[in-house]
Amino acid sequence: LIVSYHRKKKKISTFIYIPSTFIWRVLVCFYRVKMASSFARVLSSKRKVGILSLVGAGSLTVGFFLNKEQRVNAGAHVRRIYPPSAEYPDLRKHNNCMASHLTPAVYAKLCDKTTPNGYTLDLAIQTGVDNPGHPFIKTVGMVAGDEESYEVFADIFNPVIKERHNGYDPCNMKHPTDLDSSKIRGGQFDEKYVLSSRVRTGRSIRGLSLPPACTRAERREVERVVIDALAGLKGDLTGKYYSLTLMTEQEQQQLIDDHFLFDKPVSPLLTCAGMARDWPDARGIWHNNEKTFLVWVNEEDHTRVISMEKGGNMRRVFERFCKGLQEVERLIQEKGWEFMWNERLGYILTCPSNLGTGLRAGVHVTLPRLSKDPRFPKILDNLRLQKRGTGGVDTAAVGNTFDISNLDRLGQSEVQLVQTVIDGVNYLIECEKKLERGQDIKIPAPISQFK
Amino acid sequence: MLQRIINDSRTRQEFPDLSQHNNHMAKVLTLEMYANLRDKQTPSGFTVDDVIQTGVDNPGHPFIMTVGCVAGDEETYEVFKDLLDPVIEDRHGGYKPTDKHKTDLNPDNLQGGDDLDPNYVLSSRVRTGRSIRGFCLPPHCSRGERRAIEGLSVEALGALDGDLKGKYYALKDMTEEEQQQLIDDHFLFDKPVSPLLLASGMARDWPDARGIWHNDNKTFLVWVNEEDHLRVISMQKGGNMKEVFNRFCTGLTKIEELFKEKGHEFMWNEHLGYVLTCPSNLGTGMRGGVHVKLPNLSKHEKFGEILKRLRLQKRGTGGVDTAAVGGVFDISNADRLGFSEVELVQMVVDGVKLLVEMEKHLEAGQSIDDLMPEQK
Repeated sequence: LIVSYHRKKKKISTFIYIPSTFIWRVLVCFYRVKMASSFARVLSSKRKVGILSLVGAGSLTVGFFLNKEQRVNAGAHVRRIYPPSAEYPDLRKHNNCMASHLTPAVYAKLCDKTTPNGYTLDLAIQTGVDNPGHPFIKTVGMVAGDEESYEVFADIFNPVIKERHNGYDPCNMKHPTDLDSSKIRGGQFDEKYVLSSRVRTGRSIRGLSLPPACTRAERREVERVVIDALAGLKGDLTGKYYSLTLMTEQEQQQLIDDHFLFDKPVSPLLTCAGMARDWPDARGIWHNNEKTFLVWVNEEDHTRVISMEKGGNMRRVFERFCKGLQEVERLIQEKGWEFMWNERLGYILTCPSNLGTGLRAGVHVTLPRLSKDPRFPKILDNLRLQKRGTGGVDTAAVGNTFDISNLDRLGQSEVQLVQTVIDGVNYLIECEKKLERGQDIKIPAPISQFK
Repeated sequence: MLQRIINDSRTRQEFPDLSQHNNHMAKVLTLEMYANLRDKQTPSGFTVDDVIQTGVDNPGHPFIMTVGCVAGDEETYEVFKDLLDPVIEDRHGGYKPTDKHKTDLNPDNLQGGDDLDPNYVLSSRVRTGRSIRGFCLPPHCSRGERRAIEGLSVEALGALDGDLKGKYYALKDMTEEEQQQLIDDHFLFDKPVSPLLLASGMARDWPDARGIWHNDNKTFLVWVNEEDHLRVISMQKGGNMKEVFNRFCTGLTKIEELFKEKGHEFMWNEHLGYVLTCPSNLGTGMRGGVHVKLPNLSKHEKFGEILKRLRLQKRGTGGVDTAAVGGVFDISNADRLGFSEVELVQMVVDGVKLLVEMEKHLEAGQSIDDLMPEQK
């Protein structure tokens, strides 16, 4: 079977030729507003015309090109017997960003809309309705089921994004992306204090639904596309994929010992959003042989990319991070895929809190004296840094060792955020040294947020 | 032909990996069946993927066979009968798609049951569920529907009088004192934690439109919007199962009348009886049982066989999947579908009477061989 296609604005025509005595011509038209197949949207987003040759009826891509099914989640349209006021959730006890901004008017405006994939507002907010939140920690309270969610439900996503990202306004600001690690100044920390360095982010494959909404076939396609690309990495990035369904006992133990293995989500924030469906189908972990570059497949996002090593060489960690990401992007582009990205929101991920860079760059650093100083929180604040325990988010610090990372995700580039961490951690180490010598420290002036 | 090749490929990509699974759905679902059912949906939009999600997410246990599928509405059992009929047949002891189910809620038809020895039988209880026709079931209902179900139910229950007169406690409006009292009475149900229920979406929007109603005497209890639209429970201390069943039937019949007055009815048909969320609760949806002291009999090697022949089931006093404490067991009917309510309670009454007699024999050091029952 050979499939050739060309793209028109909002229309896709697909021709199928069978090398036999007769030629079939099949014309399928999709309109982006209707329930277009996710793979059709892949075609429409490509920038060049090409010919794909697909061999065998087993090819998934062929199946999706001809996808005419209208069945996807038609429920939302079919079943509106109650007015929006009867469906509006009771958010009086809730404390999350969604609850703060979802007024009955906004709900009424958006509750009948769906993305081309059939994702609805009710699905997006389910996790926030089911998890009222914590009086001290404000969770986001909503997720995206696909790239279009951020457009179709912009009236609720925009204010949520603005609140979560400290004032970044998606309506009139642009997000800079910069993965040129050569721009980094410094980045080699004093290893008397810094025990390890790590940078993580996520990437989504354009044209496939996100973990809350993807079907089993889409999830398996994400896995296939990603491990195909990762298999093309060379040099110090050469590595291996461990599928959660197929891994042996020994492999599992090794991954646990390396602190690489992720488990089925138990947090209700994630399970209520539907991200754990069909576990462990199409989930897995890839890492390079040197165990310094790690990719999670189909956990909370299509991919989570982590670069890390012991010690204080953040510069090298970030270099590997950028190189790995750019290589993976090149490899998926060779096959006709790309990452979800736009200049308003940067890289698109499942949770609005991870938009923009989706980047958390941090260190495990020992600060016995500084951490006891009452000015510590304010210093971190002004440096736009965040502290966590060494177990990650919501854990306590152990023995004066803290996880210090960037506060922001959206509105600054990767280079800017990593530089912020480098400069900030250096400042913290200077403070610690001063306190060691009996000298006084100063709270730094607050650095500006959007550069 | 081409479309078929492509459909095959797509279906294969969507078909769940059930190789590690041990539940009724996984035993029955083939690729071909899945392919046929993929294009269907109920009028409210429930799909086969929705039906099986809980079974895909919960592979099961090598010794316990869970059902692995749920209904989102009454039509699920019709639209997806290719899958659900064999599941029902497997789960309900060979019940065929052509079989008819008898409903009998006339308590006068029960013989005896008022004289179970209270020295052994500590408490008696009968429970079932009911669904309101025209509304989607807990895995699929919207907030508006769930609230409407609550409203209708509270209205109907509010009209009960006599010894059935009672009060509704909405989960989200309950005071601390009310909550503590309901916990002390062992009435309060909490947000489901079982992954079997969570994976099917039954806990969405908790605790919106959920609540507990009970009569002033605390002998008749209704749960609203937990695992089913309504769960109805009649219970009291001691061994007067007849009185418990009497109240059960009277209460249910009255509630049904009150619903009919408002133009609503329960989901019921003559093949599946009362329609509930989980296929395991079809038919009568009824579990009638007692807490009974059987310290000697429970250690007897033939205990399991006796229960099997009597068509009874044992559980710990905490309910399903709990251990017995102090030799006290929860003994109830094993069947739900294919027998009427009266028949099932009769089996419990007769069976428990025999078990108590056996216990007394063993206490006195006598053998129970000549008391062994036939297979019912």
